[in-house]
Amino acid sequence: MDPEITLTVDGTRQSVTVDTRTTLLDALRERLGITEPKKGCDHGQCGSCTVLLDGRRQLTCLALAVAHDGADVVTAGGLARDGLHPVQQAFLDHDGYQCGYCTPGQVCSAVGMIEEAKNGHPSHVSEDLEGGVDLTDDEIRERMSGNLCRCGAYAGILAAVRQAAQA
Amino acid sequence: MTEQATRPVPVRSIGTDLRRVDGVEKVTGRARYAAEQRADDDAGEALHMWLVQSTIAKGRVRRITAERARSHPGVVDVIDHTNAPRLEDTDNAELAILQDAAVGFRGQIIALVLAETPEAAREGATLVDVEYDVTPHEAELREDNATYRPDSVNPDMETDTDDGDVDAALAEAEVIVDQTYRTPYEYNNPLEPHATLAWWGEEEGRPVLSMFDSTQGVHGVVQALAPMLGLEPDQVRVQAPYVGGGFGSKGEAHAHVMAAALAARTTSGRPVKLAVTRQQMFALTGYRTATISHFRLGAKADGTLTAIEHAVQEQTSAIREFAEQTASPTRMMYAAPNRRTSHRLARLDVAVPSWMRAPGEMPGMFAHEVAMDELAVACGLDPIVLRERNEPEVDPETGRPFNRRRLLDCLHHGAERFGWESRAAEAGVTAEGEWRVGTGVAAATYPAMKMPGNAARVRALDGGRYAVAIGCVDIGTGARTALTQIAADALGVETGAVDLAIADTRLPPASVAGGSSGTSSWGTTIVAAAQRFRADHGDSPRPGLETTASPADDPTSEQYAFHSFGAVFAEARVHRWTGEVRVPRLLGVYSVGRVINPVTARSQFLGGLVMGLSAALFETSYRDPRFGHVVTQDLATYHVASHADVLDVEAEWLEESDEVFTPMGSRGVGEIGIVGTAAAVANATHHATGIRHRSIPLTPDRFLESVRA
Repeated sequence: MDPEITLTVDGTRQSVTVDTRTTLLDALRERLGITEPKKGCDHGQCGSCTVLLDGRRQLTCLALAVAHDGADVVTAGGLARDGLHPVQQAFLDHDGYQCGYCTPGQVCSAVGMIEEAKNGHPSHVSEDLEGGVDLTDDEIRERMSGNLCRCGAYAGILAAVRQAAQA
Repeated sequence: MTEQATRPVPVRSIGTDLRRVDGVEKVTGRARYAAEQRADDDAGEALHMWLVQSTIAKGRVRRITAERARSHPGVVDVIDHTNAPRLEDTDNAELAILQDAAVGFRGQIIALVLAETPEAAREGATLVDVEYDVTPHEAELREDNATYRPDSVNPDMETDTDDGDVDAALAEAEVIVDQTYRTPYEYNNPLEPHATLAWWGEEEGRPVLSMFDSTQGVHGVVQALAPMLGLEPDQVRVQAPYVGGGFGSKGEAHAHVMAAALAARTTSGRPVKLAVTRQQMFALTGYRTATISHFRLGAKADGTLTAIEHAVQEQTSAIREFAEQTASPTRMMYAAPNRRTSHRLARLDVAVPSWMRAPGEMPGMFAHEVAMDELAVACGLDPIVLRERNEPEVDPETGRPFNRRRLLDCLHHGAERFGWESRAAEAGVTAEGEWRVGTGVAAATYPAMKMPGNAARVRALDGGRYAVAIGCVDIGTGARTALTQIAADALGVETGAVDLAIADTRLPPASVAGGSSGTSSWGTTIVAAAQRFRADHGDSPRPGLETTASPADDPTSEQYAFHSFGAVFAEARVHRWTGEVRVPRLLGVYSVGRVINPVTARSQFLGGLVMGLSAALFETSYRDPRFGHVVTQDLATYHVASHADVLDVEAEWLEESDEVFTPMGSRGVGEIGIVGTAAAVANATHHATGIRHRSIPLTPDRFLESVRA
């Protein structure tokens, strides 16, 4: 018997029947038709499927849907519900993308990352593990490194995240 | 078809920063890529397909037993060579899948599983039992087996060239560089894996195959598949509204596209969706062959080249030939009275190699530009001075004048911007803390190409608007945006008055988004159609009037050698104790004609530089010759540059316009950024450490022993 779970996706509560093998990514893309999270590797190696899961950035390809019954999911589409999110506007302003396939994941990752920095979470390159985080270019690069961009639009993404983080 | 000779376009929008017209769709994730599309409403819900791949490198499928797979809940069908639809033409052995029991490489498609869910399809594929008759295979490229001489190299260049007397010149040369350079197997890895949604229907009593495909050229997919399926071109429709990168791997239809088309033939009209996995891409969607370049440079003591020899060894697949034109840039790059180039292949029982960004130029110029750096050291010359001394007056390959050749302008402008003047003459003498610091330079070149077979349609709409249609694809390059600007200027209207339609074979035909030829080919075609439209219908046309036209053959195309040029400067830091290589500065300066859109062109240059940096430092792949498979078949083991690897990368270009080549004055920008970049980085690591590496990637282990010593 396939289980039914409930997800709130971009503000809309939905029930969906899944297979116990179904990833959260496939539940969104294949069962609910929500294709903002992209599938680039299905192995947690590229970041294209990043969403905000209960407020934190999460790789949906590495999450089993049945383990997230009742979860709140925000995709790049949901961030734009009331007009473009400042991070999305910054990506447009700085041309932080080419093909657009990694972009929704980059955007969600940046939104989650800026919040992490505000909360003082240190990264591998943080000098000070106790004090606040200053989002220098090195900090942004390090914290965004889970999101690959094969088009190589990293310079634009960096500028976009820098702008959004200062807003 | 109406043919129209073009005139240069008065530029208004061209050259300005129009933001990508599809930006909002991309940053919100609403842009729909092939696997996210839906078929016609009456076709029903798509079945999910999973590929079953061979686990041997060569032999025959003795028996496929699908009972276990078929009994898995949700599995609908299993298709193999015994029950697949027959093809009318099987000459293209890469595409002619499931027609017989032969296995030509490990990873070849040998069965297809169709199911109601992706989970069931995937599980079903693991339940297909396959027995093989195995025959011995060869899957390793070596100098002793790369001896086959192809008839030509990609796309239709001479295999070998021999001008003057290279051996005599080398015998008399005062300085000789005689070295072998290697590049590894490289995989395109666009972030969007290849995907196809296919369904069959009927129109006017004839079967029609419809597809959404992740491709660099929708018309090319039709040209490849239709004859094999026994269909007329108008019986196949391919759309590709959004494509998540390609870098050559989506330039031609690969076997998975045929798999989707064949499977969908069996489902009574129900669509079939195939999303190729990242792992499967390493066997099915093309890659760059490893290359071995034997270089011999002969020069006078002042660095003037007297002989250039570039003998290439690389591999192709035994089932379908692709010969990378690795020595092609060597034929035109520098002046030398004596020159010999050759390509020899190993024909291996391996997956079919194909185009990857700047095929030929990328590996060839890595070898040539590291060799030039060695020659500069041997002659005691600054590498820029060495290149000044070897500038040809005309194209060494064709004898035609260049239009134009501004390599030295790129080098000189870049040197000034980069601060080249302050560079230490000697290698291995500069250190900052625990880092050894050096700088390197390399030249870049890429031919300017326009493809035949393009047409565009211009139609007047209400309110002074125009519909412009051409079936080309924007794979992330910004074509949609640049072509909107070209159409606006060609028609003399604002960009907002242009409704551009692309990426559908129901539109006028367009050539592939590849070879840096897209904007030149499609833009020239749009200009031809717009200028013809104005000639036919004037400046105030009645809505509904339209013109479809192609550019007339350009008589000047045979008079010049059209190439773009560039110079790449890199700073490398090599850690004294860990061998880690960081590239804090990378600068490319390019001569590419007029830049249509500075924002999107800059992104293309930077993207090429980043991919070149990625090749220099990380990208390599291991094929196990015992089994013929690629071991490093995901993004955790095939490393590409990430955010943290990419520091200060900049691109600039010379202000110019090449209106002999295109009416827009542009020459193409997609490939040249990757050319020479790995050489510049390798040359910089030599300058930092004194250690000369002649192959990439420059992984930390390769600097350890010697740096410590």
